[in-house]
Amino acid sequence: MSSQNYEIMIGLEVHIQLTNLKSKLFCSCSNDYRGADPNTYVCPICLGLPGSLPVLNKKAIEFATRLAIALECKINHRFWFYRKNYHYVDLPKGFQISQYNKAGGKAFADGGKITIKVNNHKKDILLNRIHLEEDPARLVHKGSITTSPYTLVDYNRSGVCLIEIVTEPVINSPEEAREFLKQLKSIVQYSEIANLDLQGSVRVDANISIKGHERSEAKNINSFKEVERALLHEIVRQKNLLKRGKTLLLETRHWDDKRRITISLRKKEFEADYRYFPEQDLTPIEIDDDFIERVKNELPEMPSERAHRLRREYDLSEFDSDNLVLDKDIANFFEDGVNSDPSFGPNEYKQFCNWLMNNIVGWLNEHSMTIKNTKLHTKQVTDLVNYVKEGLITTKIAKSLIGDLMEGVSVSKLLEKKGKARISDQIFIEKLSKEAIDENPKIVEDCINNPKAVEALIGRVMKKTRGQADPGITREIIIELLTKMGIID
Amino acid sequence: MELDNYMAYELIEKIHNREITIREVIQASFDKIDETDQSIHSFVNYSKQKALEKAKEYDLNLKEGQQLGKLYGLPFANKDLICLKNFPTTCCSHILEGFQPPYNAHVIERLVEQEGAIHIGNTNMDEFAMGSSTESSCYGPTYNPWDLKRVPGGSSGGSATSIASGQAIIALGSDTGGSIRCPASFSGVVGLKPTYGRVSRYGLIAFANSLDQIGPITKCVRDSAMMLEIISGKDQLDSTSINIKVDNYVEELKNSINKKVLGVPKEFFGEGVEKTVKRSVEKSIQKLESLGATIIEVTIPHLEYTVATYYLICMCEASSNLARYDGIRYGKITDDLSGDLFDVFRKTRSENFGPEVRRRIFLGTYALSAGYYEMFYLKALKVRALIKQDFVNAFKLCNSIVCPTMPITAFKIGELIDNPLQMYAIDILTCPVNLAGLPALSIPCGFDKNNLPIGFQIIGNYFDEKGILNIGYQLEQELNIYRKKPPIFKGGI
Repeated sequence: MSSQNYEIMIGLEVHIQLTNLKSKLFCSCSNDYRGADPNTYVCPICLGLPGSLPVLNKKAIEFATRLAIALECKINHRFWFYRKNYHYVDLPKGFQISQYNKAGGKAFADGGKITIKVNNHKKDILLNRIHLEEDPARLVHKGSITTSPYTLVDYNRSGVCLIEIVTEPVINSPEEAREFLKQLKSIVQYSEIANLDLQGSVRVDANISIKGHERSEAKNINSFKEVERALLHEIVRQKNLLKRGKTLLLETRHWDDKRRITISLRKKEFEADYRYFPEQDLTPIEIDDDFIERVKNELPEMPSERAHRLRREYDLSEFDSDNLVLDKDIANFFEDGVNSDPSFGPNEYKQFCNWLMNNIVGWLNEHSMTIKNTKLHTKQVTDLVNYVKEGLITTKIAKSLIGDLMEGVSVSKLLEKKGKARISDQIFIEKLSKEAIDENPKIVEDCINNPKAVEALIGRVMKKTRGQADPGITREIIIELLTKMGIID
Repeated sequence: MELDNYMAYELIEKIHNREITIREVIQASFDKIDETDQSIHSFVNYSKQKALEKAKEYDLNLKEGQQLGKLYGLPFANKDLICLKNFPTTCCSHILEGFQPPYNAHVIERLVEQEGAIHIGNTNMDEFAMGSSTESSCYGPTYNPWDLKRVPGGSSGGSATSIASGQAIIALGSDTGGSIRCPASFSGVVGLKPTYGRVSRYGLIAFANSLDQIGPITKCVRDSAMMLEIISGKDQLDSTSINIKVDNYVEELKNSINKKVLGVPKEFFGEGVEKTVKRSVEKSIQKLESLGATIIEVTIPHLEYTVATYYLICMCEASSNLARYDGIRYGKITDDLSGDLFDVFRKTRSENFGPEVRRRIFLGTYALSAGYYEMFYLKALKVRALIKQDFVNAFKLCNSIVCPTMPITAFKIGELIDNPLQMYAIDILTCPVNLAGLPALSIPCGFDKNNLPIGFQIIGNYFDEKGILNIGYQLEQELNIYRKKPPIFKGGI
């Protein structure tokens, strides 16, 4: 069997903390536990003390409704929370309050989809369901989980609201998974329900199988970036086993992000029995159409809508607009920037977008930063576009300024300081152009039959000025000189 | 002074009129405990020093003309599963040894913090409220003051005996399948199980959370009405508590019952009901008729399935509710910490849960397991809906239902302890009320030939505590036996 015949099927279970909530899912403790001393953001409810009872955070229902609408899921109008029973130290009640779509239970919402684009092909990644549940406590180990002499438990995370998004097993490659997560992250950001750049705000379990064989579940993938890596590893592992004639086992595997491998945790000969049953300390949740309609009307513009609008209002290409909207802050930066200069038109919009997407985003990724964390201001980028347009600076020089721009230094200051203003002194350029013509008789000869050879001469002038000569002026001067010499007409 | 000569409302009047001090009342309470509790064993923990200090403080407040809470420092006995801040609350189980809640249950906030009842101690109960005799407590049994060889009923046995013997003036119990009404019946006091959702469960350590409800245990109906007024109402911390107006239960007690239609379900007078119990209850029904009520026959056809249904549901819920006790964060952990985490869990739970609790966790876990869930738990929920419908149908014909509380009077200690099925069977007349979520009141209506109290049960429609208290009060006044004291006070022990 050749490797091309392995059809990969991937289903993802993505757990997202609704970090924009003020309090936990079932108590009034702060959600914002990051950086707090261990076990300080706790109360009888999230510690599961005897006698305590959960009280639903209604805002969590609203946030989940936002996401369900954005993902085009069908929201269930009435459902119970369910208890998922299992013993572990991170679970102070001995059960997790979650939702269940069997045994008479219902998910928060069913179905839904996210449209992705891979190799220019659009594909709908269908969702099975989304549901709400409480986060268990955080376990802290000394070094690795396998060698730590103890486990510490921090209940600050206990009871934080998670939303779980379960896809159908319709993802066929790690690239598709990456694109799916990219779009999901974007939708979550636009829905204003979570900031997924926060450490620990995302956890992914991935079910991976090669068609015709048993699946494995890779657990504990703690960031979107790790998902692609884990999937690639797991696919290679499975393929290699098949090549060696081995049988794949139905099993749960742990993603070790330090060693970048999956390790078998347990064979799944039978499904774990969580004894789900309704949580009767809470009343059934009722979500009516009026509520859904209200949330829908208040829902901020979603990335796909924004991309449409950007194409319409700023004449951007599909490629540019789709990329621009992915990160809401970047898209905001774009709109704020281009709208701040009334002289801007489609050409400048495109230039602004190019600077932003090709250079600034590149720099941000390289430095693992978000645009909000830098001192970059829209004025700097509009200046950049204008300086290049007016020939005051070459593209090449402009690119070299990005790092300084991110520190908040203005373009004009930078140019002054570094003496990188464009050389537009005609006499100086004429002198250099004459030199170039004298030094390159072969190219001059080529110009007789091939007008494009002029570019080579311009290039020589640029080289002499280390890129600082104004290419427009240089071109004019060289053409004038060659015409005078009778080489071109 | 002899506390047991007075009802709570009478003591309040005396304190208010400065005829006695709160300190005298509290002191009398502890004198009575000193005198009798070695034989009865109502209490598992006392708060004597704090209670006496509080009494002194309230007396001073009163002297200075300050307004006191409605309960005027009355001695209050708390069942050992209602959380009391910084006081051992153990469900009479080794597994919660040393546990002191960092917070008060909602009912404690209302009774103690708001209305000034003085907590004198926590009372004995079946471990985690699982039982009908108060024999499964890790502290040993409570003895019925009417006959010390007999059980007081359960699971709120200690609360009932503390009232019956005049050790306390007001008490709280909790009722999952009869745990307030059964000991009220066996110990000859008044016990009220409110509508599910009438009283906040916040701070009530759960046994079966879809059935549990806190309620008062007192010497007379009027005192229960007064307590219910205080503890009822919506609590933001209990999502299942319901925002329905709380009636003036005390004011409504004296209403005439001549327009009431009372239903008598024939199934509640079946074979298992002892003749003396039947006769006594029927006599009381005649009294109610003579007071003007119309008596009709109604039917609860699914009664025969209630015990099986009740035990399935309460065991399933208990198996999950009790999962948190692993000895890691609070309570008792095994001394033998060898093996892995799950070994420690297993040893801790095996060593510190009693046999009845273990039995219920096993059975509940089994019944919720994959493959059995539909057969047991879901089936039980369906039958529960049918039982509820039976009551809904009956209440189309009558205002309240009257019947015995327990089919028998107090049995001997040890008599049923090794026969759980027989023990479960005696809940047949109380547990359907919990399955349906209805309110019910038990009041003493007579004595059998052994001078053991018989309980009369009045089951009301949803949130009609007013109605059953009214009927209960009228019958109580007519029977006029509520001041009768158990023989323990006649020096006969």
